[in-house]
Amino acid sequence: MDFGFTEEQNKFRQEVRNFLEDEINKGYWQPTCDAWIQGFDPGFTKRVAQRGWIGLTWPKQYGGQGRSYIDRLILTEEMLRYGAPAACHWFADRQIGGSIVAYGSEEQKRELLPKIIRGEAYIGLGMSEPGAGSDLASLQTRAIEDGDSYVINGQKTWTSGGSFVNYFYLLARTDPAAPKHKGISEFIIPADLPGIKRIPMIDITGTEAWNDVFFDDVRVPKTCLIGEKNRGFLQALQQLDYERSGMERLMGNYPLLEALMQFAKEHKLSQEPTIRTKLTQLQIEFEIGRLLVYRVALVMDEGRAPNREAAMSKVYSTAFEQKLANTAMEILGPYGQLLGDSKLAPIRGMAAHSYLASKGYSLQAGTSEILKNILATRGLGLPAS
Amino acid sequence: MKFTLSEEQEMLRKTAREFLTAKCPKKLVRQIEESEAGYSRELWQEMAELGWMGLAFPEKYGGGDMTFLDLGVLLEEMGRACLPGPFFSSVVLAGLTILDLGTEEQKLEYLPKLISGEKIFTLALSEPGYRNYYAPSITVEAVPDAGNYVITGTKLFVPDAHVADYLLCVARTKPDDEIAVFLTDAKSPKISSTLLKTISRDKLCEVLFDGVSVPKANILGQTKQAGSVIQKIIERAAVGKCCELVGNMQRVLEMTVDYAKERKQFDRPIGSFQAIQHYCADMATDVDGARFSIYQAAWMLSKGLPCTKEVAIAKAWAAEASQRVMALAHQIHGAIGVTMEHDLHLFTRRAKAAEVAFGDANFYREVLAREMDL
Repeated sequence: MDFGFTEEQNKFRQEVRNFLEDEINKGYWQPTCDAWIQGFDPGFTKRVAQRGWIGLTWPKQYGGQGRSYIDRLILTEEMLRYGAPAACHWFADRQIGGSIVAYGSEEQKRELLPKIIRGEAYIGLGMSEPGAGSDLASLQTRAIEDGDSYVINGQKTWTSGGSFVNYFYLLARTDPAAPKHKGISEFIIPADLPGIKRIPMIDITGTEAWNDVFFDDVRVPKTCLIGEKNRGFLQALQQLDYERSGMERLMGNYPLLEALMQFAKEHKLSQEPTIRTKLTQLQIEFEIGRLLVYRVALVMDEGRAPNREAAMSKVYSTAFEQKLANTAMEILGPYGQLLGDSKLAPIRGMAAHSYLASKGYSLQAGTSEILKNILATRGLGLPAS
Repeated sequence: MKFTLSEEQEMLRKTAREFLTAKCPKKLVRQIEESEAGYSRELWQEMAELGWMGLAFPEKYGGGDMTFLDLGVLLEEMGRACLPGPFFSSVVLAGLTILDLGTEEQKLEYLPKLISGEKIFTLALSEPGYRNYYAPSITVEAVPDAGNYVITGTKLFVPDAHVADYLLCVARTKPDDEIAVFLTDAKSPKISSTLLKTISRDKLCEVLFDGVSVPKANILGQTKQAGSVIQKIIERAAVGKCCELVGNMQRVLEMTVDYAKERKQFDRPIGSFQAIQHYCADMATDVDGARFSIYQAAWMLSKGLPCTKEVAIAKAWAAEASQRVMALAHQIHGAIGVTMEHDLHLFTRRAKAAEVAFGDANFYREVLAREMDL
């Protein structure tokens, strides 16, 4: 057992911190909550790419660094701590690249992975549909074979990646006759093909981070298929573990946590007993969550899919972030409702923004209810309903 | 970073579990609960022969030269088995304190007797008062008298004082107002221990020191200590108790999941109902969170790293997490879980005792607040 880091890991962490602090000092961006999913900054992504920090865990032969998931966790932990605008490359780095490594053809690996690593490929996630959320396998978007192509028709919703994406990862039905889990395939397609229409979705924070994407007879070359036809759902399951596995579920609002503690000290609110209790409890729950997320990376480094562990850490972490936002609002009282650009808004209106944003955390990338089902059945062996 | 046991620790865990499963069945646990002594002399001897008392002590005193972390693995198995008896008092409360503070002479005098199991030790720290447990505010006095100190006052919730041979008493020396840990003879006529009846039937005592004369040579370390000695004692005790507690919680989770798979109502196992599944998921999260934070603190203590913050986090979390786990365990077990016949209560009652021992969640939130400079 070892709860410490190696010298190399400590050095790496410091290197990342130095880079991010330098960026902030130069005025390139400022620490923002949810910057990993809403902070689209191609310039930042390119600068991160130049350090070799995209695709850290991917094989060296495709331009990756071949490093551990713990190393990636250290990197992403610091990105989140500093609220860095990593959204352009986050999804590709976190999960899509991994899918390509696991299931992609040699050509796909040689074409797509270097593009992601160079910070040039921004991949939006096309999974959910209006009628297929938790029940993802019931998706209806079709990809029908026609000569050298597939023809895609349908609609994706909550497609993350905003307006910057130049590729879509897509789950589509390639065999409508098969049982629903067994007729789905994975694709990575260019985002600007004829027949694709994107309409921004404005969420309750007033931000556009997701799109509705309509596919109207979109023709894609067969080379866009990832892995085996009709095995896409099974292939995607591992990706979903990666999607849930990260520190962003716990630290997406870390700038708020830090600012809240600082604010409470400055205004002597932390001397007030009930506020003191709330703040220390937040800290305790944060530290517990951090250990749960680190455990997920350790499982991944063992070569196992962190099915139950990522389900556990994501449920826990999103509940924490909701509590953080609620607690911040409690402590700030009426001031908590002031939005960032309002006169008198404390801590840049972060509490108000996080309060609204946090409603979605226990829903996206697997609802807490679905994840608890997974933990109970796959993890603890309880019988399915 | 590695959250799993080493090979040696895995071996220790396995043999401990096998031994306790065979030698400490629930029937024995129940019998011992009702006894006054609170332990089985036979089992105590066998544990000593296995080297358990001496596990974390240096070889020169007869110990196994292993670490506090290794001891934590053993304590977890003891918690899992609901092992009754003065192991924790002797080894964690007293033994490690002697190891930490004692002179070489004192260590050579007392540790071998402790490690062999020949003598039972405990530590008297808490005092009466509904608030002053929370502060290391010692009022038991030790007044100098020729070559001795005379100790007067009351200690409370002292585990196993009634069977101990030696009592380490944390007292305030006068007139200098320093803290000293005195090694006293528990069988002295001027020390009287009254057994308290607790929920968990652990043998906590009220101990009266009625002008007990103790030679100056019996001050541990021969020096007076800053208040920080109390902090170290409490931190070791809290983490050790947490190691027992996580063994308890883990076993309760397993029992509950097993029950949910077996128990049928409405023609299906109750574990197939989503409410039960979600409860179990919550329990597993609480247990894992406790496990990692507790072992983190134990690891840091093992390495001699300052870990006031990590101890506070571990105990504050485990205290409240264990209550959630017990509550859900009872809810899932239904009526059978509230019978004496079923084993669940053995765990619930011990979890409550662990929760309030050596600082509860409120105490540790305040400790953390100070560490955070709030």
